[in-house]
Formats: sequence, C-alpha cells, structure tokens
Amino acid sequence: MNKIIAVAGVVIKELYRRKDFYVLFVLTALLTVAAGSVNFFHDEKIVRYVKDICLLLIWVSALVIAIVTTARQIPAEREARTIFPLLAKPVSRAQVVAGKFLGCWLATGVALVVFYFFFAIITGSHEHIWPWLMYLQAAWLQWCMLAIVIGLVLLGSIYFAAPSSTSTISFIVIVGILGIGSHLKVVALQQPEPMQFILTVIYFVMPHLEWFDLRDFVVYDQTLVSWAALTLATGYAAVWTGVFLLLAWFGFSRKNLTT
Amino acid sequence: MKVSPLLVLAALLALAFALATGLASRAEGWSARTKSDNVFGMMFGDGRKLFANHFFTMADVYFHSGYYPSVFDKHAEEQKEIISASHGRKETEEDEKSEDFLGKPKDWIDAFGRHFRITQHTHLENNSEREILPWLRLAADLDPQKIETYTVGAFFLRDHMGRTQEAEAFLREGLRNNPDSSEILFELGRLYHDGLHDNVRARNVWELGVKKFLARSEAEKKDEKLVLDELAVSLARLEDEAGNYGQAINWFQLAQKVSPAPDALQRQIDELQKKLDAGLPLVPKKLF
Repeated sequence: MNKIIAVAGVVIKELYRRKDFYVLFVLTALLTVAAGSVNFFHDEKIVRYVKDICLLLIWVSALVIAIVTTARQIPAEREARTIFPLLAKPVSRAQVVAGKFLGCWLATGVALVVFYFFFAIITGSHEHIWPWLMYLQAAWLQWCMLAIVIGLVLLGSIYFAAPSSTSTISFIVIVGILGIGSHLKVVALQQPEPMQFILTVIYFVMPHLEWFDLRDFVVYDQTLVSWAALTLATGYAAVWTGVFLLLAWFGFSRKNLTT
Repeated sequence: MKVSPLLVLAALLALAFALATGLASRAEGWSARTKSDNVFGMMFGDGRKLFANHFFTMADVYFHSGYYPSVFDKHAEEQKEIISASHGRKETEEDEKSEDFLGKPKDWIDAFGRHFRITQHTHLENNSEREILPWLRLAADLDPQKIETYTVGAFFLRDHMGRTQEAEAFLREGLRNNPDSSEILFELGRLYHDGLHDNVRARNVWELGVKKFLARSEAEKKDEKLVLDELAVSLARLEDEAGNYGQAINWFQLAQKVSPAPDALQRQIDELQKKLDAGLPLVPKKLF
C-alpha cells in the first residue's frame, strides 16, 4: 500500500506543479463572476443561471483535468524511460496502475473541493442560503463518476498510441454517455435490426455516468437524493472503476515497455 | 539591386492602406453581419437565431424547474408552457397527467436513474418566475425579431412579478424591433388594461393591433389568426364594460370569423343584443 501511496503522491505533486488546474480555475471563476455581474431587468435576486453556468464550467474543468492528467501518466513514464527505475524499485505493474489511479483520483478530488467551495461562496453570497448537504451529494457523485472516467482513461492510455488520441477518444465516449446515455434505449427502439440490438446491448453494458450528474438538483433547489440511492450509485461506480483498473492492469502487465 | 527591408515594409503598408480605402465601401455590402446593431448579430450572423430558440427553450425549462422533455422524449415538440401561460391558459390536472413524458420506467436502469433526475412536474411561483428572465433577455438580444420573447417576458414581469414598468419597456423595445407586430400590441394593451387600468390607451393599442393585422398578407392572417381573436374579444369586453354594446357586438362578430369557438361568442353576442334591445340605459363603467 505504501508503494501505491508513494506513486500517487508523485501524481498529486505533478498536478499542482502543472498549470492546467490554475488556468481552468481562473477561467471558471472569471466567467462565473462575469455572468453573475450582469443585471437582468434590474433584479439582483436572479441566481439560477449563475449556478447553472458555474456548475457546467466545474463539470467541464473537472473532466478536462481528470482526462488530460490521466491520459499522460503511463505514456510519459515510458517516453521519459522513468518507468524502468520505477519498476526496479521493486514496484509491481499492478501497484503502478493502482498508484496512478489513486493519484489522479485524489488530485481531481482536491480540485473539486476548491471548485465547489468557490461555487458555494458565489451562490451563497447571492441567495444567503448554504445547502451544504446538497453540495456534498453533488460533489461526491461527481467524484465517483470521475473515478470511472479515470479508470477508463487509464485503460485507454495502455492501448492507444498517444495521450492526445486517448484524451480525444475518451472525451467523445464520456460526453456521448453523459449526453444520450439515458436515452439510448429509446433511440435503439427507433432503429432497424441489427442496429436496435447493438444499441440495446450497449445501453445495458455501458457505465451510466449520467446518474452521477446532480446539477439540476442544485440549480433548481430540489430535495436531497435518497442516501440509499447514493450508496448504490457509489457501489456502482466502485464496480466499474474496478473493472477498468483490472483491464488496465491486464493490458499493462502484458505490454512490452521497450517498444 | 539591394532594397531596404524598411522600404519594402513601408511600401506594403501604403499598398494595404490604399486597398483598404478602396474596398471599405464595397465590403459593407458583402455581409449583413456588419450592419447588425448588436454584438451578437456581429458575432454569429443569422446563426444567432438558433441560440435564441435554445435560450427561449431554457426559459421554459427553468419555468418547470428542470422537469422537461429532451429531444428524445415524447411531447418534445409541443407548445411551450410559458407561451400557453402568457395567453392565459391555466393548466388542468388532465393536462399535467398528459405531460408526464417520463411514463413508467422502461427497465431497471431507467428506474434507478430516476433517483438522480427531476421527476415532478412543477412550475415556478411566488416570484421565483424571475429566474426565467435572463434567458428571455438573451433570446431577445440574439433574435430581436422573435416576438414571443417580448410577449412572454412582459407577461411574467407584469402578471407574476407586478413589475409593470419593466414589462412596458420590454414591450416597447419589442415594438421598436417589430413595428408591425399585432401580438406585441395585444400584450401592450393587456398591460394598460389589466396593469395600469388605462382603458383609453388599451383601446388605442388594441385597435392599432387589429389594423396592423388586417394589413397583413392572406397567408400570414391564416397562420396567426389567434391574435385577431384575442384582440377582437378584448376590445369587445372593453366596449361592453364601457356600455358601448353595439360596438362590442361588432368586435365579437369580427372575432367569430377566426375563433375556434364561435358558438360561445354567439351566446355573448345574444346577451349584448338583449341589452341593446331592452334599451338599457348606458351606464359606462369608470374608465380611469
């Protein structure tokens, strides 16, 4: 476990040394403050659109940080040839995969805490209410979803040629799932065979990332999601993350690192 | 021959300046974008209308607190409820049931997923309606010719938030961008009649609305006859309130030509006719 934590520590340090997070945070903050400063019909109590914009930016930023950070981890180690001394420590390939995952996940978690803290301050200053439990549920489910995303990207980084292709393909898949994941069965039913069968199978076997999006609950001031459903969703995320990490380890353990 | 780079640079700059002066006047005619009087028009050209439609839909999404059909769901293409509400249509229980676009869960994934999406049909109320205003403002900026934006925005400002001044300013802006719009004139008349209780101005703008409508082409009249129905019925009621029963009958008869329920209007005409025949003394209600 210590070795996994050591590898993860290096990943976290890398995140705060790089400028990705700072740039995205500043951009999110600037756009949110700019949107919040607009006056519509001389009414200063209008706030939902600011929440909507800020949460959208947080989702985009968190996805960018998670995907871009994860996609370069193993390819960068291989390119710089630092993977060999790392594996000679000795650290097993399974520990490298687990450490990289843990580092990326914790790093995105830290980023999420900063983002949501900013969000709470901005919206609280307008609304003068602080639904912390709602924010906690939203941030937690988003973090769970990012665990699946990081697992998926880590798997992609083993098989795809370059971090850029891994990032691009991952973005398309994840945005696709978030956009039409819940509607795929309806779309499938409108298609002729065999497309109907293929889409239905994809609907049942893909990870349903859209479940983890509680933005509407936060924006429209809805009641909390039931804790039982939240726990089940967390378990679902853990299972999918495990599947992707196992596949990543399987691919990495058979990969020739010298080519 | 050796030429100084500075000389070449100066020559190129002079050439660019000369070409710019020659082309500037012609370039103005190449694109309609540069003629636009707002920044969105300059940036997006006619593409801004797509965004305007999206933002108008966002206003309806906010009105339902996120309970809204996607393009994949049934009822996605039905009339927006913010428009129905602005025409005075109240939702019944039957309507609400028919608008349950989610239906029963299709499978366990759908059933579990509903824990994480809004599944209750609600409308904004108690001044929360203000949350739809930013989207309507943006829609109006992006497409100043989209008339519903002004009528819906003004209706919610006036009827739900009691902000008549802002509503009137928004309608006036709409009228500047769409000087022939009977719909905006109708909403402006409602604002004068219901909000400011100024029946004289209400009558004037409604009559102007009818005049603008009658000046439209036959195809336009056929597509948008609802507004004539609303204008004529409003004028008829106004004349009835003022005790001008003959004039009220005239307006109801005009409304009958385009109304989906001419029989109901006939009953009102009959009642007015009885009053007229009985020679009831004209006791006009207070106009101001």
